Amino acid sequence: MIMYEEEHRQISFLLNKLYRETNTRACYIVDKNGQLVAEAGEVENIDSTSLSSLVAGSIAATGSLAKLIGEKEFSIMLHEGKDQHIHVSLVAGGVILVVIFDGRTSLGLVRLRVKKASEEFNKVFINLSKKVQSPKAKSPFSEITDDDIDSLFRDDDIDKLFRE
Amino acid sequence: MSFINYSSREINCKIVYYGPGLCGKTTNLQFIYDRTRPESKGKMISLATETERTLFFDFLPLSLGDIRGFKTRFHLYTVPGQVFYDASRKLILKGVDGIVFVADSQEERVDANLESMDNLKENLVEQGLNLADLPLVIQYNKRDLPNVLSVEQLRRDLNPNGLPDFEASAAQGEGVFETLRTVAKLVLVQLKQAK
Repeated sequence: MIMYEEEHRQISFLLNKLYRETNTRACYIVDKNGQLVAEAGEVENIDSTSLSSLVAGSIAATGSLAKLIGEKEFSIMLHEGKDQHIHVSLVAGGVILVVIFDGRTSLGLVRLRVKKASEEFNKVFINLSKKVQSPKAKSPFSEITDDDIDSLFRDDDIDKLFRE
Repeated sequence: MSFINYSSREINCKIVYYGPGLCGKTTNLQFIYDRTRPESKGKMISLATETERTLFFDFLPLSLGDIRGFKTRFHLYTVPGQVFYDASRKLILKGVDGIVFVADSQEERVDANLESMDNLKENLVEQGLNLADLPLVIQYNKRDLPNVLSVEQLRRDLNPNGLPDFEASAAQGEGVFETLRTVAKLVLVQLKQAK
């Protein structure tokens, strides 16, 4: 997946809108391979990298469960806790929308707003897909040279990342 | 599949450690986690059974530095090695950019290594991928144990095409970073060539 600044701005705008209108705790867009795409809300105290990896694993396992019983997919998952809940849904043919919410809102409102937001996310991801496939699409790798890659893996530099 | 984010200026890649049960995949990740500076790593997650066998996957996010203003981030995953967890292994391979095959050097694990290598090829084919097209590094682990096969024999069985390979004792950390560094570099070179 390639994410450009323009589409990232649009996705962040939609996520913030969903966060505000639904009064959730936090919202995330994650790709199916577990990479965080965007986040909104009270995200400071949540490890978004771990969350993305676990949600993608969970979606993958649930997808396999669906196939086992002859279902195409389970497009919505709900994890219900005592005080907090996680609503996970597939949007735009395979991107994951995660909504963390608590008693400040209701499941019904979350479902309604997620459904509406999904249509808007779909449009953005369709445009993104067209842009990526366009011959004019740019990649950082068109500017990166073999020497750049070599220099990243120089002994001195890589050793700095690791303790003695 | 790599994820390139122009907004946060990040290149994210996925590396999967594959191999038979108890070959040392989790030990590789644990050593990397223990020895990496806090600012270069995220939290390590292990979805394991009560007896500490990997049930679904281990996960470790690492940052390896910048290239031309892009941060390079690698997500390291292990698969569960036990034969009956094949459904989980298939899921973890989705979107893989590079593979480390961890072989157990002990004589009695010859068959398990071969079976796991075949299983890796089959699971990739199911996703329309060919192992020969992916960055792959082979690690002969547990070289510190007494009953190990020669590296020549392991190479004959597991690495007939002469891909990059390393001897390792993951529990002591020998060969762990060399393996990681090589696969990470191969992944970036492959991404560059794809463009």
